Amino acid sequence: MSSKARDNDFTIKIANVNGTGSASANSLLMKALFRMGIPVSGKNYFPSNIQGLPTWYEIRVTGEGHVARSGRVDVMVAMNAETYRKDLECVAPGGYLIYDSTWPRNQLLNRSDITIIGVPLARMCNEHFSTARARILMKNVAYVGVLAALLELDMEVIKALLNESFASKKNLLEGNQQAIDMGFNYAREHFSCPLPFRARTIDKTRDHILIDGNTAAALGCLYAGATVGAWYPITPSTSLMDAFKGFCKRFREDPETGKSNYCIIQAEDELAAIGMVLGAGWNGARAFTPTSGPGISLMSEFLGYGYFTEIPAVVFNVQRCGPSTGMPTRTQQADIMACAYASHGDTRHVLLFPANPEECFYLSVAAFDLAERLQTPVMVLTDLDIGMNDWMCPDLKWDESYRPDRGKVLSAEELEEIPKFYRYLDVDGDGIPQRSLPGVHPKGAFFTRGSGHNMYGAYTEDANEYQQVVDRLLGKWETAKKLVPAAEVETVEKARTGFLTIGSCDAAVREARERLAADGVATSYLRVKAFPFGEEVQKFLDEHERIYVVEQNRDAQLRSLLLLEMRVDQAKLVSVRHYNGLPIDSGSVFDAVNQDLARGKAA
Amino acid sequence: MSFIVKPKVAHPKLPRNELGLTVRDYEGGMSTLCAGCGHDSITGAIMQAVFELSIPPHRLAKLSGIGCSSKTPAYFASASHGFNSVHGRMPSVATGANAANGELHFIGVSGDGDTLSIGFGQFSHAVRRNLNMLYVIENNGVYGLTKGQFSASADVGSKAKKGEANQQPPIDPCLTVLAMGGSFVARSFSGDKEQLVPLLKAGLKHRGFALIDVISPCVTFNDHEGSTKSYQFTRQHYHPAIYADFVPPSAEIRAEYEAGKAMPVKMHDGTEIVLRKVDPGYDPTDRAAAYSYLHQHQAKGEIVTGLLYIDEQKPDMHELAKTPDEPLGVMDFSKLCPGQSGLDKLMGRMR
Repeated sequence: MSSKARDNDFTIKIANVNGTGSASANSLLMKALFRMGIPVSGKNYFPSNIQGLPTWYEIRVTGEGHVARSGRVDVMVAMNAETYRKDLECVAPGGYLIYDSTWPRNQLLNRSDITIIGVPLARMCNEHFSTARARILMKNVAYVGVLAALLELDMEVIKALLNESFASKKNLLEGNQQAIDMGFNYAREHFSCPLPFRARTIDKTRDHILIDGNTAAALGCLYAGATVGAWYPITPSTSLMDAFKGFCKRFREDPETGKSNYCIIQAEDELAAIGMVLGAGWNGARAFTPTSGPGISLMSEFLGYGYFTEIPAVVFNVQRCGPSTGMPTRTQQADIMACAYASHGDTRHVLLFPANPEECFYLSVAAFDLAERLQTPVMVLTDLDIGMNDWMCPDLKWDESYRPDRGKVLSAEELEEIPKFYRYLDVDGDGIPQRSLPGVHPKGAFFTRGSGHNMYGAYTEDANEYQQVVDRLLGKWETAKKLVPAAEVETVEKARTGFLTIGSCDAAVREARERLAADGVATSYLRVKAFPFGEEVQKFLDEHERIYVVEQNRDAQLRSLLLLEMRVDQAKLVSVRHYNGLPIDSGSVFDAVNQDLARGKAA
Repeated sequence: MSFIVKPKVAHPKLPRNELGLTVRDYEGGMSTLCAGCGHDSITGAIMQAVFELSIPPHRLAKLSGIGCSSKTPAYFASASHGFNSVHGRMPSVATGANAANGELHFIGVSGDGDTLSIGFGQFSHAVRRNLNMLYVIENNGVYGLTKGQFSASADVGSKAKKGEANQQPPIDPCLTVLAMGGSFVARSFSGDKEQLVPLLKAGLKHRGFALIDVISPCVTFNDHEGSTKSYQFTRQHYHPAIYADFVPPSAEIRAEYEAGKAMPVKMHDGTEIVLRKVDPGYDPTDRAAAYSYLHQHQAKGEIVTGLLYIDEQKPDMHELAKTPDEPLGVMDFSKLCPGQSGLDKLMGRMR
């Protein structure tokens, strides 16, 4: 057991029961650390349920700014008797477990390599608060007070946060303050504070915010000028449309006329949601739908329609654990293949892969531009970890000179000038035809159909005419390779080994790389940000001898996509996968690579 | 189908509408349906209706799903925007298109399979939203493109071509829409253009979801002895309850109406239709009465036609969503993006 102080480098995990108001207590704790200038990362593991099932919240306090899961727990707050045994087991040696000592603890459940701290939270709250609801809620606030004493949190910061949260609810403010003090004083009186794990005020969160990916993506939709949103509620994407609605109420409603410059339609199902998005896109509006895996399955027929008829659409897939219903409140990156080739027939779709909420904002805006430029559905693939957890991100910046790229949409004047408009004619060789919007000009009329059509937009069953159109679509795919965001590449000179990863694996892989570098193993890095893959991905594959492909699904879908789409020897792509539903942690990546290196040495 | 393409030359004496166009300007591609198909008559009636309403062709959006009926938007108004979507999903596309720009006129053409089976869910929800569109069901009780299976509108006992009798009860779109709170319910027959054209015009003028269920016999698979959707059977059991006369805004009501039988209805845009009632006691603004009237006559084996129910006051999707008059699809970007100052305000709460 190490007695060395670990300032700003530890993980707190809080085990609780959902529906008891623990979320606000956990958010208070996280924000307090953030305001002390310490980088933090919060992960919520919640059940697909409203009340009564186990829920955990994990906060990594990371002075170094590593926002991935560490894979270890240093301080456990065990508030749920049902999961106590499991929670006790997962504390790292040398760690601490805090439990509610109101009720006797099962003495058989013990560990000698950690310190167990009992605080009679329920008893204190029952004695102090009169209503049943307050007794339950305040128990959670009280453990924040206990942690404040044990970890030496700045009480002024906590008080300021409470004042902001309950500015308009005086009675709640008092109760919360009392609960904090109660926990704080009890810990001070009974234990030697602080623990070797301490929060020390630093200055590393200036010009940063705490934001979840769904909120950031919704902001992207607002800023890109999206006006039509259609959706069917599904975990974990629901909060994206909730956030969009909130932003629209704030920024898109005219107080004078009472009119709303947006239209949100709660569809009857995902089939209708994507149909609405395509209808709106066809008729000139920037439209989107947020969904998750099961929604993508339902949308597949229309996604193929959008591809073949060339209608812009933006789909957010906040991925969750599959297959089937899977685990709706757990994370995964297991829809990569399903999205890349969604729908029957020869179809392929443009995908974007944000790695964090900051990228959710910028890539959402890019998604609308790409969808209109390429005239095709674009899917933004995030996951539950990015979408629903609070991440520390640099302040969002907006380029005031930005204007939406509407692509090759012909204006009334342009239509007036041309002799005749043909919807699917490749006029300038990039595979992207010109487009007209309904109602703009008599010459712009055309017939949109998912059945066979020729380059003039007419129905066809002619072998050559049909093939000309699908071949031209392939030409457009080549153009897409040059328009989508390039992969993020960090080439280390002379490194023959590299990491190739995607989306929310980013932070875990980066941290593992640092640890490997400290051990003398230099690695290059590439994170794909879009599909189709660009030339830079091919170059990276060519230049490295051994490439660890890190992703969060069982079947190595990113690796499969690379093998299908790029020129690469499959023996050099070593798969590192994490797919149990929890966000990937840096330790598992580090260990997997070390194991592989050890095997290489042994051979 | 016929194989002779009509020459694109209009007779100089053809009547012209307010835009100076003739009905031939509202024609489409050559129909590929079977000769004598009821759908082609409906196509003709739609052309006549949009011509008489002087709708600029490029301001008309015609949408459909999959099936024989859904092919027909290609056969009228070539100068309009067409959207032949996937099977049963036209209502969702129309919903999104309407959200983006509600200034266009929307005609959806569907069939009994496309609407009452695969598309029943979307159809119901378009009714529920009171989406501003004309929705025509070309109802023949049979799947034509897949060669003769019963559809969900086939009557019990109606016989297929090979003699098999249908056993499952039909879904009646008019009764269904009445029950779901629809704001415009009409039924007609492809063989009665006199009745159909004014109904189509009223449906296009109606602000909200206008359903017209048109019995449209399938000459190839459902026009035989024993079928209840044949031309012969429909003519024999046809019961017009109401005729709708559409009155253009500029014209006065000149026709003589028998007292108690005429009922003027003011449309949302100020135009008027006059309903001529065969049964003076019938009130097409009373939902419960309309429902029970249809039920009683159905029990007697009669096919009640006409504008069966109308409610001009029900708010449509746009009114409920409080969208502005300016279409969302063309709205200036400055009205949509709150800029860096908006971000700064929001980020203040994220620290």
